[in-house]
Amino acid sequence: MAKISSAGRKNTSSDCWIRLETRKTGGITVEQQSKVQSMYGRTISQTISRMLEFYDIRNAHLTITDRGALPFVLCARIEAAIKACFPDKKEDYLSPIHPNNMYSVDKSRLRRSRLYVPGDQAKLIINAGLFKADGVILDLEDSVAPSEKQSARFLVRNALREVDFFQTERMVRINQLPMGLEDLDSIVPHGVHTVLIPKCEHAETVQEVEARIQELQIKYKTKDPVFLLPIIESALGVVNAYRIAVASTSTVALTIGLEDFTADIGAERTLEGRESLFARCQIVTAARAADIQPIDSVFSDVGNEEGLKASIAEAKALGFEGKGCIHPSQIPIVHKGFAPSETDIAKAKKISLAMKKAREEGSGVISLGTKMIDPPVVKRAERVLKLAIQNQQIPANWIKEEDCDEGTN
Amino acid sequence: MKGQINAAGRWIPDTINGKPSIPYKGVGQHKPSGTKAAPPITTCSDYPRDGNKVVSSLQEAFKKAGLRNGMTISTHHHFRNGDKVANRIFDTVSKMGIKNTRWFPSAGFPCQEPIIKHLESGVIHHIEGSINGPLGDYCSRGKMKGTGVLRSHGGRYRSIQDGDVHIDIAVIAAPTADPFGNANGLHGPSACGLLGFALGDSQYADKVIIVTDNLIPFPCIPWQIHGNLVDFVVIMDDIGDPEKIVSGTTRITRSPSRLLIAEYIARFVKDTGIMKDGFSFQAGAGGTALAFVMYLKKFMNDSGVKARFVRGGSTEYLVGLLEEGLTDYILDGQTFDLEGIRSMRDNPNHVDTSPFTSYNYHGKGNFASMLDAVVLGATEIDVQFNANVVTHSDGRLLHGLGGWQDCLFSKNTILAVPSFRDRLPVILDRVTTLCGPGELIDVVVTERGIAINPLRKDLLKAVKKSDLPIRPIEDIKTEVEKICGGPPDPPKIDKRKAVAAIQWVDGTFIDMVHKVL
Repeated sequence: MAKISSAGRKNTSSDCWIRLETRKTGGITVEQQSKVQSMYGRTISQTISRMLEFYDIRNAHLTITDRGALPFVLCARIEAAIKACFPDKKEDYLSPIHPNNMYSVDKSRLRRSRLYVPGDQAKLIINAGLFKADGVILDLEDSVAPSEKQSARFLVRNALREVDFFQTERMVRINQLPMGLEDLDSIVPHGVHTVLIPKCEHAETVQEVEARIQELQIKYKTKDPVFLLPIIESALGVVNAYRIAVASTSTVALTIGLEDFTADIGAERTLEGRESLFARCQIVTAARAADIQPIDSVFSDVGNEEGLKASIAEAKALGFEGKGCIHPSQIPIVHKGFAPSETDIAKAKKISLAMKKAREEGSGVISLGTKMIDPPVVKRAERVLKLAIQNQQIPANWIKEEDCDEGTN
Repeated sequence: MKGQINAAGRWIPDTINGKPSIPYKGVGQHKPSGTKAAPPITTCSDYPRDGNKVVSSLQEAFKKAGLRNGMTISTHHHFRNGDKVANRIFDTVSKMGIKNTRWFPSAGFPCQEPIIKHLESGVIHHIEGSINGPLGDYCSRGKMKGTGVLRSHGGRYRSIQDGDVHIDIAVIAAPTADPFGNANGLHGPSACGLLGFALGDSQYADKVIIVTDNLIPFPCIPWQIHGNLVDFVVIMDDIGDPEKIVSGTTRITRSPSRLLIAEYIARFVKDTGIMKDGFSFQAGAGGTALAFVMYLKKFMNDSGVKARFVRGGSTEYLVGLLEEGLTDYILDGQTFDLEGIRSMRDNPNHVDTSPFTSYNYHGKGNFASMLDAVVLGATEIDVQFNANVVTHSDGRLLHGLGGWQDCLFSKNTILAVPSFRDRLPVILDRVTTLCGPGELIDVVVTERGIAINPLRKDLLKAVKKSDLPIRPIEDIKTEVEKICGGPPDPPKIDKRKAVAAIQWVDGTFIDMVHKVL
């Protein structure tokens, strides 16, 4: 019996729709319709033949309706259609990794902003790195319809390899387990930096993900670390927050998903967010206890700039270091919002210099003017300065420069 | 067919629509001499002394105007996609059994798709004007009997003035008019702001017909169109669809990459020092241009800089600048939204302009070249900064020239383009259709970087300290070709069959559009 499959999107620009029908005889026939037919029709035909050959398909009818899909999209859609017809064909059809994508990221790098991009929307993926977010999240979970999960995996995999993300942290939000474990096969060997684990409720979930990643790393001989970022989205997750935070040494941050959380506790999500205050404080506390970064949820009203600013100010006051973004226009506002103020920096510098002086003088007591300074104040000052350096508000060697200034004055 | 290669390297046939053509010679090289065209001498005693020029129908007006086979009928496009008059005109012409007319609109719109049947039946021989949408598609398939001629807004006014085009009958749709023929676009259900694109038609046509759905007693104030130039007034209900003439709200783009382009342009204008007290700029009503205005406004506010004038396409965003004191004047060429109309009606510093004042090649100077900066679009750009604005990369004619060529004379011409559309790179080795020479195009701003024309050493120097992503144009092209899977194949066109000609502002021909296979 002939098998029929389809993949992709028919009426979406920068995407294509593929229909594949297997046949017993008759060779390969292709029905090709493309918005860019006269400019790229030839190369589209070549790609189709190459891929059918790669998967050793000799008899089939393939229909393509193309609205200008880029090569990484076209290949992902064809592969999805082929694998839906031939589940035994396991090989991946891979293109070379973009030379600009051969970078890894630090565990302690800034994660002020992370931009969510639906993992099956080709048009948004290609430009996602242009907006200077600290991280880009290619989402396989909530923004991808159940029928598109498989196709999105190939699209995200190809994007990780071929799309230039301009030095941002390449993150992928996998599906809830167990489906999420399968997602890892498509991303771990292909340059993902950080895996977001949704609806995380137990430490064991993190460990399961970690184990699978390690397996894949050994299998594919990849060396770069893959970090974890659990998202807590339920009452149980909040209660277990600390255990989740310390479940793996690869975990770099902890965040919260408020839409699901408020539904779980039976409350309405409000702008003021009183219903989630406890949970957010719990996330901050658990993350700090585990020495990882606490990161806030997204602010979902894209048009409300003032609301976003207030929400950032509140998150910062609670101890969060970053926020999710659902539109690039939120990124600069988030960066500005989480940057330490000039006053904070000036104060922190004074404290740090006083501490240096105390150390040089062998004194155990740090004082600024007539005021004695407690160790936690020093710790906070150091955090402010580290953030200011990462934000490029002050140079890394600011102490030297201050010394020079003093020398010339 | 015989022809020759023009100064831009493009082949131009010796005759177009049976008339000898002049190939493009270079910017500012073609200077016709002699005297300007003039309409026939008329005598006021031939017109009703009571000033009532109302006739019973469009058909009667055409009859009285002496409509014959082969005549040229002109219209304006201030009603944009809400225009109902052009279709009525040619239905009437068809009913009268007239053939082989030439339609001379200031621009065409998709709502005029029914015109195709009059092209098919021979009522219209060919169109000279911005040919876009379904009409452009029809033309691209080589179905129009004559060759389309595309002119910029300024080029159209020039063609009327130097006799390149003689208008036999001008039909001017007017939102408000009096029986004498004074008319304006400010009032009435079909209000569109101003009627500047019809100004030349009213001054130079043999016969002028005003069509209105809002006749008021004399005098109609202000008289953007002078009744003293008008022969007949026709009352017609429902001349346009108000919702399509102007939009209630014009929208800033929400596309993240277009917002990025807009932000880059605003920062460029700021960092290069173009934005300084007393400066001027022009930006259209497209989503990216509006976003540019939004970003620039913020910078102007932050640094306390005021513009002396801005040119529109006016929208609520330009009106915002005027009302908040960030510009002294709006010099408006067409009004895109209700706020624009309100402002033009109420604010003496919101001034209506026309191609005569702004773009006129045969004028003693024009406003466009006085602008400090203009932001325009393009469909394709080559590495020498030559640009195309009328055809897609597959060769199909889909857009008009508008004021695009005229605006290139601004002190700093900035093209805002995505570096690729779907899979199509915008920066190429050769543009499909040449509409504007690279020497007039100073900056190309894409979401992947900003390319400055190497001829503009001053701008390259001015951005030295800026952290904007300034890159050679070839560099952006290489990156994008990699993304798109190599350079595109050239369009499949029939080089022997020209379907439309692109005129430069001076009346010479800069390129031809060919039949798409």
